Amino acid sequence: MPAEVTTPSDREVRVTRKFNAPRQLVWDAHTRPELVQKWMTGYPGWDLPVCEMDVRVGGRYRWAWKNQQDGTTGFGFHGTFTEVNAPSKLVHEEFYDPGDLPADMPMDPCIVSLELNEANGVTTLVCTMKFSSKETRDAAVATGMSDGMEVGYARLDDMFKQAA
Amino acid sequence: MELNLDATFSALADPTRRAILARLAEGEATVMELAEPFEISQPAISKHLKVLERAGLISIGQDAQRRPRKLEPAALEAANAWIERFREIWEANYQRLDTLLEQLKQESAKAPKKRKK
Repeated sequence: MPAEVTTPSDREVRVTRKFNAPRQLVWDAHTRPELVQKWMTGYPGWDLPVCEMDVRVGGRYRWAWKNQQDGTTGFGFHGTFTEVNAPSKLVHEEFYDPGDLPADMPMDPCIVSLELNEANGVTTLVCTMKFSSKETRDAAVATGMSDGMEVGYARLDDMFKQAA
Repeated sequence: MELNLDATFSALADPTRRAILARLAEGEATVMELAEPFEISQPAISKHLKVLERAGLISIGQDAQRRPRKLEPAALEAANAWIERFREIWEANYQRLDTLLEQLKQESAKAPKKRKK
């Protein structure tokens, strides 16, 4: 059941994935910081040493990744939960922190909506990221969202040059 | 040719346009041929084709009489690469999550059952 990525509109990216587990566990894995740290590490060689989450409406969160090899730190996300409906829906506003990495992301938040549905012991996760503009979305994906962020804009530019 | 991902994704957001691209993946086709399987008018198809053309996803072939449309793979590849990159990151995360969920399932099976209020 590999993850499926679609772009329902020019401002949105949607990830759909099935998990062979009850919804409550998938919810826990997304809302308990000590569990989130175990899987949301992005690419190999990175971890998530800063993972603070106050999961309630108006509560804040902060995630910051660290490269184990060169110690690049600090890039991450922070924001506020705007809808908390356990164990089915979690919405938060997300701001990007570039940390040590050179990046020039727009400051408008991305609205991240997580929906979980369970049928026959299988939980379907739908995570929709709605960006304030097309440019923000492309920039976010260009930097790899939650991964090592090592890609940056340069690689996307290269890709376009090669394709052109 | 300049690629514009925004235009590409806007173009791909529509199911009719995706179906047109799927048809063109099999080979070039005229507007008439493209309109055939859809229950919409030829002008409506032409409008979709214009969107696809502007996005660089299709072009008009050599034959001046028939003016067949053909697929331009570069734009589609750029869009695919973009999506694939994003997908890989999340799939890597979710495979770790699969492992974690297995552990959590085993733990909750072992733990003494607590009555929920």
